[in-house]
Amino acid sequence: MSAELQSGEPAGAATALDAQLVVARNGFSLDLALSVGAGEVVALLGPNGAGKTTALRALAGLLPLTDGYIRLGGRLLDDPASGVWQPARRRAIGVVFQEYLLFGQLSALENVAFGPRCHGVGRAQARQRAQVWLDRVGLGGQAGARPHQLSGGQAQRVALARALAVEPGLLLLDEPLAALDARTRLEVRAELRRHLAGHCGATVLVTHDPLDAMVLADRIVIVEQGRAVQTGDAAAITRHPRTEYVARLVGLNLYRGRGSGHTVTLPDGVALSVADPVEGEAFVAFAPAAVALHRSRPDGSPRNTWPMTVDGVDRHGDHVRVQLRGGVAAGGLPAGLSGGLAADVTTAAAAELGLSPGQPLWAAVKATETRAYPATIQR
Amino acid sequence: MSTRRTPGSGAPPALLVPAGVGLLFLVLPLAGLLVRTPWATLPQRLGAPGVLPALRLSLFTATAATVVCMALGVPLAWLLARARFPGRRLVRALVTLPLVLPPVVGGVALLLVFGRRGLVGSWLDATFGVSLPFSTAGVVAAEAFVAMPFLILAVEGALRGADPRYEEAAATLGAGGWTVFRRVTLPMIRPGLTAGAVLCWARALGEFGATITFAGNFPGRTQTMPLAVYLAFESDPQAAIVLSLLLLTVSVLILTVLRGRWVGQP
Repeated sequence: MSAELQSGEPAGAATALDAQLVVARNGFSLDLALSVGAGEVVALLGPNGAGKTTALRALAGLLPLTDGYIRLGGRLLDDPASGVWQPARRRAIGVVFQEYLLFGQLSALENVAFGPRCHGVGRAQARQRAQVWLDRVGLGGQAGARPHQLSGGQAQRVALARALAVEPGLLLLDEPLAALDARTRLEVRAELRRHLAGHCGATVLVTHDPLDAMVLADRIVIVEQGRAVQTGDAAAITRHPRTEYVARLVGLNLYRGRGSGHTVTLPDGVALSVADPVEGEAFVAFAPAAVALHRSRPDGSPRNTWPMTVDGVDRHGDHVRVQLRGGVAAGGLPAGLSGGLAADVTTAAAAELGLSPGQPLWAAVKATETRAYPATIQR
Repeated sequence: MSTRRTPGSGAPPALLVPAGVGLLFLVLPLAGLLVRTPWATLPQRLGAPGVLPALRLSLFTATAATVVCMALGVPLAWLLARARFPGRRLVRALVTLPLVLPPVVGGVALLLVFGRRGLVGSWLDATFGVSLPFSTAGVVAAEAFVAMPFLILAVEGALRGADPRYEEAAATLGAGGWTVFRRVTLPMIRPGLTAGAVLCWARALGEFGATITFAGNFPGRTQTMPLAVYLAFESDPQAAIVLSLLLLTVSVLILTVLRGRWVGQP
């Protein structure tokens, strides 16, 4: 470890992470296969309680696996089956914690020098290296500052420098931007991206913010209830969401049904006309902006027309987001989409419709505005 | 302080009245001491033989006892706060026992164990030729026995309040257990440790019962200020008052300075 450090050269392509993270406790179970190449940034994206932080703690060596294994750069770190367990301090890792956890009694420089010191680097050399890292994150002038004297963005950068100063084979970031205000976050996110790109080891990032994941990561793993439900780059996930959580994240309406040619039949019996032919289990997704709302049933209408009821109305910038729930089949009319629907209309259109909760409306979507794709998982 | 609005300004009478009575109850005896002080003969009484040695011995033994308590008590507090082991509740109860035990009983118990013919004492005497009772070291032992729980309780509380995630962060940076404790845990609990050490020192300074039972009352060797006060009170009450005043002044001075500097309370 210290030899690696002293050479000042990251271990390169060998430092890839290969892990099967299985943690079961108190009725919660995590089972996540994770493989990260050297230099690659993978984001674990999911709602609170999905098990992202548990996965991170297991990788960091702060929580033992109950099954599976963790292998970093060919070295086995945790393998309950064979009794292998390396505690956090013997792993080639660096962690940026959500609240940074900078040591309050140490200066920024001493915080960054802490890791190298623990790895046997001499005091003077450790301080020198810390200074280099502080310069690299643009805080060379703040070396003597105590953590409480730093702004949130500066503390985040010191935490990053501290984690990188041990030249870890695996860098772990837990909600790295969550503690920052919106404006600082924008700035720090761009900068963080630059530093992650310069990191030669593997990086695993945990976040519940889709934007963080999309900007910072090469690959995104969506985690829900302890399982990976979808993996891909930002574009693939945005285009073809596979769960309601992902669809909501990327702002799409998502339905699952059985496809047959240009029709997908949902479990509630509603048939959706779609542009892309699809067979078997399939998803249909469309943007809220693709939904048109009418007071009465439109004539010569697209085939995807449903009676719905207004559930809620929210202003989103220059448009209005209308949440609708399925109506009741009556008088020979079909029932609405029981899964509900989000529609975006202009402020002018909203005023004309006179939107109020409980109001019945007709929603229409052109088949050409929909995307249909098979539901079978392709990773 | 004067520019800030005092939070007590809106205190309800139901709290203020008993608070005032409580303050009087604590301060009046001290005022009585001041009133009865023979100010005219004060300098000459302070210079009387035996006064300064007793004061010096008191300060030395209380400080030594505090050092012993820190060296043994901090690790014990860490064990109670952080380690999981069977019988932890029992250990905690045992540790706080000296708080409820009459100090004289503590002194008797110390004699039974560390006395010349005691369980450990006879071995110490035979092996090292060391005998604790009726020595200055015995005073330190008696004071440490009585004062240690104060330190342990304060440090354990501080450890429980300290955020263990900082220790995890240190571990991810490669720090071993001792480094984590020394460079992360200890600085985090410093206010609690200081408060505990001050309490411990104050308790050791005022120690009487265990000291006189275990270490006896030999001027210059085991006669601390409280013992000197007690002895003087029987023969020369005026001298007792002077000694008490001296002990009081020194304690208040030291506690004020310590609190101001390390505990960070106004």
